[in-house]
Amino acid sequence: MATAVEVRNLRAWFGKTEALHGVNIAIQSTHATAVIGPSGCGKSTFIRCLNRMHETNPEARAEGEVKISGVDVYGVPAVEVRRRVGMVFQKPNPFPTMSIYDNVAAGLKLNGTHNRRTLDEVVEHSLEKAALWDEVKDVLKKKSGASLSGGQQQRLCIARALAVKPEVLLMDEPASALDPISTAKIEDLIFELKQSLTIVIVTHNMQQASRVAEFTGFFLMGNLVEFDRTEKIFTNPSDKRTEDYITGRFG
Amino acid sequence: MPSNVVKLRRQLVDYFFTGLAASLSVLVVGALVAIFAYLVLRGAGSLNWSFLTQTPKPVGEAGGGMANALIGSVMILLIGSLLGVPIGIAAGVYVAEFGRNRLGKLVRFTADVLNGVPSIVIGLVAYGLVVIPQKHFSALAGGVALAIMMIPTVSRATEEMLLLVPQAVREAALGLGIPQWRTTISITLATARAGIITGVMLAFARVAGETAPLMFTAFGNQFWSLNPSQPIAALPLQIFSYAISPFDEWHRQAWAGALVLVILIVGTTTLLRFVFLRRMLGGAG
Repeated sequence: MATAVEVRNLRAWFGKTEALHGVNIAIQSTHATAVIGPSGCGKSTFIRCLNRMHETNPEARAEGEVKISGVDVYGVPAVEVRRRVGMVFQKPNPFPTMSIYDNVAAGLKLNGTHNRRTLDEVVEHSLEKAALWDEVKDVLKKKSGASLSGGQQQRLCIARALAVKPEVLLMDEPASALDPISTAKIEDLIFELKQSLTIVIVTHNMQQASRVAEFTGFFLMGNLVEFDRTEKIFTNPSDKRTEDYITGRFG
Repeated sequence: MPSNVVKLRRQLVDYFFTGLAASLSVLVVGALVAIFAYLVLRGAGSLNWSFLTQTPKPVGEAGGGMANALIGSVMILLIGSLLGVPIGIAAGVYVAEFGRNRLGKLVRFTADVLNGVPSIVIGLVAYGLVVIPQKHFSALAGGVALAIMMIPTVSRATEEMLLLVPQAVREAALGLGIPQWRTTISITLATARAGIITGVMLAFARVAGETAPLMFTAFGNQFWSLNPSQPIAALPLQIFSYAISPFDEWHRQAWAGALVLVILIVGTTTLLRFVFLRRMLGGAG
């Protein structure tokens, strides 16, 4: 199994508060890795360091090594990192004034691709991969991204992220704002997508982690407490704190 | 369960305030309608083809029109908008997107102060900046005066509209590997464009009727001129000088000029809205 993301001694700050105290992890490629833990434990901060979104907050700072396919992300321009490491956010955030088509094409268009045929192909392909094509193919340019339902919007955001062909897809609680049916669709999607790319998903929902991810990392107060195969974490954790969390003693 | 008396009281209070709000709205709309109706009543009679195509006739001669003032106003407003709108939008973008520092606060404060400077003073500034070095009045000087007046309105509107764009939209763009500058121009500004266009139209409408800052910049002109470096006629100036004149014929023309000015402002803002907002998609808000 190949390593897609290798993190060494990653520390992150918001102002003077240290949010991550040196995280080490090796994330396997073409698998899904879940990141679980109670609120404020650093899950989101952790994945936002992987594509350098953490530093878009003017107060924030990170230190350490994050290698994506062997390339240190802090040694190349942030925009390049973010094209290789896509991101889906907690609340669906389509560009409100753009059509469905333009939402999906935005990443390519605004990075300089203007060939109509290429764009058409990528838009169709990405929407198909995000299981949204059949629902929107007749209104691609007529309807705005914001006019879709919440679940559709989130799949639109996934299509938009896929359109720039990332190697890694980061998902920050992608289903926490959605209804159960939309959540199931997103989970099915993760199953499909991890055949061809690496997924790191933050989730509050432990059942979700056990359904979609082969590996799970448990964070607590800015530390990665335990990282192992998902079934090991949920059936036979080696750390007492992990056990307390998954059995619902706190969190 | 509230008693019937309480219910009745609530209902009466509800009716009262709904009625109050409705009648006050009628008052606001009514003021606009009254102004427009009165202008039509007084001005429409003198508004004819020659009014729109001819230059003023000397006193005593019948006929003549304000064609030169109409063109002059259009030119001055065009110069003012071309200068003022880009600067205003740029300042607004800076303050909203990059201005979380001292300079940003300074720019915002300056814009607010500038907004409160009397228009006659702005005219003086344009006089000093353009008329004195050029050694004569000009359409350009008038345009500069109006531009200075437009900048604070446009920049404040831009800033406020950009701050309404959710942070999540910027994050979505940055997360796709779109550079910061591209995100600001093609995503954040594009998302806020409806509000920014409204702000630009407000600024435009406000300066279109300004008279004081044009008095010693554009100065006015009784003849045809399309030369931006020469004195030029403008509708507000022409209306002013005709309205204070002792001639009935000129008074009638001043009313017609006022009507034309209002139509120019309403027409331009409607046109801009139509051109820029026509392609908004369903559900885009």
